[in-house]
Amino acid sequence: MIKMKYEAIVVGGGHAGCEASLAIARKNHKTLLITGSIENIADMPCNPAIGGPAKGIVVREIDALGGEMGKNADKAAIQVKMLNTKKGPAVQALRAQEDKNIYPKEMLKTLKQEKNLDIKESLVEDLMVEDNKIKGVILEDGTKIEADVVVLTTGTYLRGMILVGANKTPGGPHGERDSKFLSTKLKELGFNILRLKTGTPPRVDKSTIDYEKTSLEAGDDRVLTFSYDNKVYYDYKEQTPCHLIYTNDKTHQIIKDHLKESSMYGGYVEGIGPRYCPSIEDKVVRFSDKERHQLFLEPESNVEDDPNYGNTIYVQGFSTSMPENIQEEMVHSLQGLEHAKIIKYAYAIEYDAIDAKQLKQSLESKLVEGLYTAGQINGTSGYEEAAGQGLIAGINAALKLEGKSPLILKRNESYIGVLIDDLVTKGVKDPYRLLTSRAEYRLLLRHDNADMRLRDYGYQVGLINEEQYQLFNKKKQDIETVYKILKENKVTPKKEVNEYLSSIDSSTLKDGITLYDLLKRPEISIENIKHFIRLDYDDEVLEQVEINTRYQGYIAKANKEAEKMLDLENKKIPDDIDYDKIPNIASEARQKLNEIKPTTIAQALRISGVNPADISILMVYLKRRGNDE
Amino acid sequence: MNDTIAAISTALGVGAISIVRMSGKDSISIANSIFSGKDLEKVATHTINYGFIKDNEEVIDEVLVSVMKAPHTYTTEDIVEINCHGGITTTNKVLETLLKHGARLAEPGEFTKRAFLNGRIDLTKSEAVMDLLESKTESARKLAINSLQGKTALLVDNFRDKIKQLISSIEVNIDYPEYYDIEVVTLEKIKEETASMKQELETIINESENSKIIKNGIDTLIIGRPNVGKSSILNKFLDEEKAIVTDIAGTTRDIVEGQVMLDNIVLNIIDTAGIRQTEDKVEKIGVEKSLSLIDKADLIIVVLNSNEKLTLEDQELLEKTKNKNTIVVLNKNDLERNIELDKLEDYTLVSTNTNDLEGIDTLKDKIKEMFNLEQISTKDYNYLTNVRQISLAKNAYQKLIDVETGLKENLPVDMIEIDLRDCFDILGQITGKTYSDEIIDNLFERFCVGK
Repeated sequence: MIKMKYEAIVVGGGHAGCEASLAIARKNHKTLLITGSIENIADMPCNPAIGGPAKGIVVREIDALGGEMGKNADKAAIQVKMLNTKKGPAVQALRAQEDKNIYPKEMLKTLKQEKNLDIKESLVEDLMVEDNKIKGVILEDGTKIEADVVVLTTGTYLRGMILVGANKTPGGPHGERDSKFLSTKLKELGFNILRLKTGTPPRVDKSTIDYEKTSLEAGDDRVLTFSYDNKVYYDYKEQTPCHLIYTNDKTHQIIKDHLKESSMYGGYVEGIGPRYCPSIEDKVVRFSDKERHQLFLEPESNVEDDPNYGNTIYVQGFSTSMPENIQEEMVHSLQGLEHAKIIKYAYAIEYDAIDAKQLKQSLESKLVEGLYTAGQINGTSGYEEAAGQGLIAGINAALKLEGKSPLILKRNESYIGVLIDDLVTKGVKDPYRLLTSRAEYRLLLRHDNADMRLRDYGYQVGLINEEQYQLFNKKKQDIETVYKILKENKVTPKKEVNEYLSSIDSSTLKDGITLYDLLKRPEISIENIKHFIRLDYDDEVLEQVEINTRYQGYIAKANKEAEKMLDLENKKIPDDIDYDKIPNIASEARQKLNEIKPTTIAQALRISGVNPADISILMVYLKRRGNDE
Repeated sequence: MNDTIAAISTALGVGAISIVRMSGKDSISIANSIFSGKDLEKVATHTINYGFIKDNEEVIDEVLVSVMKAPHTYTTEDIVEINCHGGITTTNKVLETLLKHGARLAEPGEFTKRAFLNGRIDLTKSEAVMDLLESKTESARKLAINSLQGKTALLVDNFRDKIKQLISSIEVNIDYPEYYDIEVVTLEKIKEETASMKQELETIINESENSKIIKNGIDTLIIGRPNVGKSSILNKFLDEEKAIVTDIAGTTRDIVEGQVMLDNIVLNIIDTAGIRQTEDKVEKIGVEKSLSLIDKADLIIVVLNSNEKLTLEDQELLEKTKNKNTIVVLNKNDLERNIELDKLEDYTLVSTNTNDLEGIDTLKDKIKEMFNLEQISTKDYNYLTNVRQISLAKNAYQKLIDVETGLKENLPVDMIEIDLRDCFDILGQITGKTYSDEIIDNLFERFCVGK
């Protein structure tokens, strides 16, 4: 039964919407999720994978905070791999191939089990706003539903438009309908509307590929999970592999010959596409000296009777907006795909987004109180980026209902914090993707320590239950115990000790040394330490000890840097500051500061176009103002 | 920055004219209130106006007043400059009168700080202005002008760009691990690149230290026992080359005896009278202080009497100056040579004669050779130009050493990259591209008043 009044409404059932609605409902607020198509809730319209560098860590962070993506991804995983294992602990990340049939099904099941959450299939076309406060939404049939907070997670559905060559069709990838008027309403409310674009590659029938001509890409020979619950749903010996192929001269020639027929180069696209995910046309044009581009053949689902993904292979790296007949030629030019049958043609999709600079760090809009936005509407791309924002928007919408101050994650605490700070401080020009290099303190933001960083917050906001929290505290205690053991126990330069050390290429001892100091040696692992002492603790516990001991110097340095930043972060800029009244600030900086209204000096410093000199002037002004008061 | 600041902007005591400068929104009205002549509030911008400075009815000085209105001025604020003609006392009086009428005495470097804060100049440029003011020789002036034109920034940016390339190559490997066609930046490769960057940075630092010599001169210690002819060599030097300034006061130069020019480079001759074994407590302190100067000096001239055998003191002195830029002068070569030459094999030797001091030219040549002065004089003056810049470059260099240490320990690339990034950030501080609170404060503290 759908009521006419809720505490919270979430508009959109993608990855952001799922996290947002679950977070609010789990915090005991009556919540309504409105989606254009219940069947397509938590759909994965792009590649069939979750995680990867930076993104995988976001999934861990979501899990640490009490979100759903990690658990759900574990349920649907068909192949799992830890990336960057040879490049150090700071940049390792998990990536899982997901079954596109199971992922949405499992997520829908979870949503339906949530007692405070109702789901309605409809399109939102208008918002109710009074005195700059959100009051509710208006559906396409004119139905008004009231709510105190609203989270918009509209994905690509604000004036969404599918493009294949010169063909334009309004709506979503599976023929869903788009919202025609919501972005107009947002514009009326004062939002700046951007037009963005993204694209996908063709999907081919898996039984029509000649795998002999491809090379195999398998998962890791061990069990890995995103969630700290560590529940395993797949058999690591039975993972579904991917395959690698390359484009060739012939492919490139076809693309060059028909370039003008693509939506992009034919001038049919208004939106700005992502730099980090270029179409194959872009790759061929911009990197014309490259002889080949690699493509991954990724299975979309092992559930054969799935109507959309049953037998399909996603040709990752081959996204295009060429017309269908050219796509046929392109696909058939690829080795192993000479006789491949295209099940779904590649398409580009355009949609409206808002300018994230008009949001607060809490993801509440500065224009309308109680209105939150998350995901592609804020200019990001990627399931993980969407889910991370959805979770934070949901938590903060709920905290608003409770009259509490918002949860704002800092840049030295999480990738989610980096993501949101980047969005609201810098805005986007093209769809934003998280990269590890966007994080200044990535040594602190590791895959292994997301729970150490964030689980306390998850517990405080009420998304981590007592049982989970006790487990977490146990882990923390165990870590301390192991440190104690290592610091209290010594090895001495006995013959067998030195023989063992020589055998693992570590220098021999002349004096006694604590196991803790021994572990500081770069070549010594916790496994080597186990040679000297029994350590019956979880691998996760030992991993924390190992990383924190071995890289102590670097970690301490990163913490020191982060503290400097936090100092500036603590220098608050009052809401009522009028930048027009501060003499001598450069006009570009003045305009940016007025637009973004940073809340701290640190945030002001990160705004492009604001120079150190402007910050000095601002600080002098604030100091003088403080003195005057 | 709402108040109006004033200060004497020329060196006190020298020259016929001294300038009192005022910057801020009230400078024109303050000047006008003590000026008798045209109404300064009505004159056009960038004009020079003749008249008198009066305090009440008392005429203080006959002056020329330059009026420069915002924003096209050095600080981008209204500026008034008063050219006084009356020497130290009247100049001070003019300044006092301005202060009495509402101006505030400028802190050291405050004009330049305002120029910087008002976005008029960047960090390297504001430093260059100070250098230009202080420059004594033509070479130093060229160096300062180059820095002003942003050549320092370009030099740093070029080098910084190389690190940026390396970092981004590492980054792409991390963020796109499965792009097999992209070259993997191996630790071996980082090692090679770091070695070559280290070398380049070392060259920049070395050449910059030379440029420090261009700017500040060569601090030269003339040292030796009494009565070996030290003071006559010193006097001859000063006489011949006509000392340009004497008795310079200042924190580091309080013992400078005099300055002489050598191929456009200044030799700051430091007095070390009193280096000898002594029991007298006061004198002992003096001796220790003199010996400590050996570490700070750029050049040490040890004067020995070639007529005598080396004394214990001589030998100690030679030991202390062994690994420095040292020239040993064997004086009194007109007398019989008794000195043990075999003990002086490791030193650059010059022979001089007590009476007519022939050999002084050889000494000069040796100095030029030692400091590569001819080369310096003809090179592009394209270096880091002050202590702050050079010490940052040295910090950056240390980071490259840290990178090498990490590589030796086989640390993973994500750790190695942290030091590379630090190096990158530190170099950015030279041109003000990364921001931290301390830089600006520290920088402006060492600036003196004036342009």
